[in-house]
Amino acid sequence: MSQSLIPTSIQWAVHLLTLLLLPPLLPGLINKVKALLAGRSGPPVLQLYYDLAKLSHKRALFSRTTTWVFLAGPIGTVAAGLVAGLLVPFGHTGTPLPFEGDVILFAYLFGLARFLTVLSALDTGSSFEGMGAAREVTFSALAEPALFLGFAALAKASSSLSLSTMLLGPGVGSGRIAGPLILVLVGWAIVFLAENARIPVDDPNTHLELTMIHEVMVLDHSGRPLALVLYGASLKLLVLGAMLMDPLLPRTTHAWQNWLVFYAGLGVLALAVGAVESMTARFRMTKVPQFLIAGILASAFAFLLLLV
Amino acid sequence: MRLYLLAMVFVLISGLPGVFLRRWGGEVAAVLMGLGALLGMAAAVRVLAGGPVAVLTLPPAPLASAGLLTLDPIAALFSLPVFLLPACAAIYGIGYWDDHQENARRLRLVLGLLAAFLALLVVSTHALPFLLGWEGMAIAAFLLVMTEDRLPEVQRAGWIYLVCTHTGTLALFGAFAILASVSGHWAFSTLPRAFAGTSQGTALFWLCLFGFGLKAGVMPLHLWLPSTHAAAPSHVSSVMSGVLIKMGILGLVRLLSWIPDPPFWWGATLMVLGALSGILGVAFALGQHDLKRLLAYHSIENIGIILLGLGLGTIGKSTGHPVIQVLGFAGALLHVVNHSLFKGLLFLSAGSVVHALGTRNLEQMGGLGQRMPWTSAAFLAGSWAICGLPPLNGFVSEWFLYVGSFRALGFYPWPWSLVVLTALAIIGALALACFAKAYGAVFQGTPRTRAAEAAHEAPRSMLIPMGILATSCAVIGLAPMLIAPALDRVVGSLGASTDLPPLSLLSSLPSLSILAFLLLGSAWLLWRWLRPAAPGGPLPTWDCGYAAANPRMQYSASSFADGLVGGMRWLLWPRSSGGEVAGTFPSTQAYGSHVPDPVLERIADPVFRVVATGAAFLRFFQGGQVHLYLLYVLLTLLALLLWMVA
Repeated sequence: MSQSLIPTSIQWAVHLLTLLLLPPLLPGLINKVKALLAGRSGPPVLQLYYDLAKLSHKRALFSRTTTWVFLAGPIGTVAAGLVAGLLVPFGHTGTPLPFEGDVILFAYLFGLARFLTVLSALDTGSSFEGMGAAREVTFSALAEPALFLGFAALAKASSSLSLSTMLLGPGVGSGRIAGPLILVLVGWAIVFLAENARIPVDDPNTHLELTMIHEVMVLDHSGRPLALVLYGASLKLLVLGAMLMDPLLPRTTHAWQNWLVFYAGLGVLALAVGAVESMTARFRMTKVPQFLIAGILASAFAFLLLLV
Repeated sequence: MRLYLLAMVFVLISGLPGVFLRRWGGEVAAVLMGLGALLGMAAAVRVLAGGPVAVLTLPPAPLASAGLLTLDPIAALFSLPVFLLPACAAIYGIGYWDDHQENARRLRLVLGLLAAFLALLVVSTHALPFLLGWEGMAIAAFLLVMTEDRLPEVQRAGWIYLVCTHTGTLALFGAFAILASVSGHWAFSTLPRAFAGTSQGTALFWLCLFGFGLKAGVMPLHLWLPSTHAAAPSHVSSVMSGVLIKMGILGLVRLLSWIPDPPFWWGATLMVLGALSGILGVAFALGQHDLKRLLAYHSIENIGIILLGLGLGTIGKSTGHPVIQVLGFAGALLHVVNHSLFKGLLFLSAGSVVHALGTRNLEQMGGLGQRMPWTSAAFLAGSWAICGLPPLNGFVSEWFLYVGSFRALGFYPWPWSLVVLTALAIIGALALACFAKAYGAVFQGTPRTRAAEAAHEAPRSMLIPMGILATSCAVIGLAPMLIAPALDRVVGSLGASTDLPPLSLLSSLPSLSILAFLLLGSAWLLWRWLRPAAPGGPLPTWDCGYAAANPRMQYSASSFADGLVGGMRWLLWPRSSGGEVAGTFPSTQAYGSHVPDPVLERIADPVFRVVATGAAFLRFFQGGQVHLYLLYVLLTLLALLLWMVA
């Protein structure tokens, strides 16, 4: 097994380094894919790293209506994302801190991040940001059940309550579970796109504030807080992406191979997101709930399939 | 027990000196109440830490049987909030309801009475003191609600409350009569096996569910709750929401502790009612504009969460799965304590806002975060906890329920626990939306009125109780393993089967604690990293380049909730008026929207109106003429005579 080849501490170190350093690469990859598909050369893959470095030297501006809560949003997003990253396995490489019931903490950490982001948006008193915040809480009320029904299906299938066993346990992805698993992943893919503010739910590159969901909530952040917002968003992309991909990754014999498989998986995920964004237009705002309800239904059907 | 009785005496007389003193009445009451709370909580903690169960018996024969008052683990757990919250309210009352306010002396006196009756109720294990405490509590609470009795709104709320609570008591008389007919005495004791399955057992369940559910504010029976909580002074609301409605839960917990083998459908009923209360409670909360009404609907939601846990535990008990039983009951009981803490905190901080602004309307607030930083932090802590977000206490109790219902998926062929699971997920997401709305509308943005602009921070006497409650929330959230042994004892006295697995075996509470500290640690590091970014000059919010935005252009609380309220139109039936703009040069338009209470305004009001109209016909017989009444007497006598002869 992988644990015998490389001591656990090295696994932990790689996990931590991946969690801390890799996230900004993902938006870069997605943007590169989108640019290539559109026939442009696009920004460099490492663009977000450059942006973060630049922003961390810039002075932050604060509106006179804001309080300390304004900073709680960026801080909460990153802190919750980092802790959630310790709970999710990165492929078959072992999770640093698995325990029974960590799925619930995992889901609620994203709830915490959302709560603080929404409050930090409302702290500016801008009606644009209020609008974005209202949309965020409305749509996430539909994403939450889809996520939990998926968890319920996988918990039933794997008789476990820990993310690492639910996503990677023996038997997940094989035989009777394969059908429900596909449905769960379809549901989660919808949640993934919605939570990460991607097309077709939200457009990260849109330029009209009235149509934004996530981007409009962070309009007033600048300097280091903005760096945290951007980093937090990429962190969420990595952590939720890992959750989505894990059941699909093949198990290999060596630890380093498992890591390679994981990184390759991330690449494929970025490719897929870029392709989806290039080929679909975003939905009208009124259509988004229907899309999310499709996610709930997919997870619910997965659960039903497990019962028969 | 002696300690506990002493605490009760302290609490009982706490308001008395203030009646005679010209000054310092509030301070004296707070000191007495605080002393009582310390003593009472010490007694309770001793029992929860494994100390002996104290029993008080009295010599007269009908009372002697099995103990009049018992400080068992269940009583000890419930007595913690019963002592803590009134003490916090008394300290808060010094600044909030000083002697210049109307009825201040009476309020302090009755608050002490209420706390004493609550303390009596919690330890009662006999029908007589139980009903005594129950009625005393109801009447004391009625008097407290009626503090501002010249307002018609308050009169109406108090009246509805009085009618509801007496209807509930009537059901309890029936329930205790059944109990006495089965066990032969009026003391609480374990009922024989298989009793719950009989028709008498069924009657007992429904009577208890009605009587206690009415007090707890379970969804179709909640009609008194929102208006009462809104009408009472805020520190009284915090006691009512934090403790008084929990007495309904205490009653249900007592009922479950008497029954060794509850049928499956008992648990299922509790679970369905819990899901109903939880989801509808938070959904109606989303539609409210009144800060305290909003919090009151959240009490209904949290009673729903507690019922979900009780249902889960009961099903575990009836089907012989101790794991489910322990997790369900532990989650429910911990949520009882947690809800008292954070709802008390929320009502107290809402009270500071109401005190400073003189309105409860969310649309007339805003920008208070800068003017009242500590109150704002307290409200934020309360919202954080009530949404069940880590690392505060609300998360821990919801986590027990999640783990219990996830585990139950594996035990039963039919996935009934999915009800608990999805209900909790929906409640969580909606509660988050609702508290983002409340916190945002009250404390963030710019002030919407002059009063909000001129608001000032509450005095220290009002901030200290909030601090106590917020700290308790944080301690339970960060170190849940500290309370696990106490919860084990309470759950153990609830369960009939002897060997229940302890919580420490079932759940990984230390991991939860480690991750909570990791979360705090990383947040602190990030905060340090951000700090150098000192605030720049006084800049306006960017607002997409529009620099002359005025407060009325902000997103209001109603617009924030509009997406969700509109999406649940089929459930909430919101009413709106005005808002149509017509013509080339439209005149001033007004728009209003309102989410009425479904039971009170759509069912109870029309029904009672019909009853009142019907009753008016009876006046025909009561015309005020004495000879007519004599005729009635004569006719009745004749009828009786005929009946006897026949």
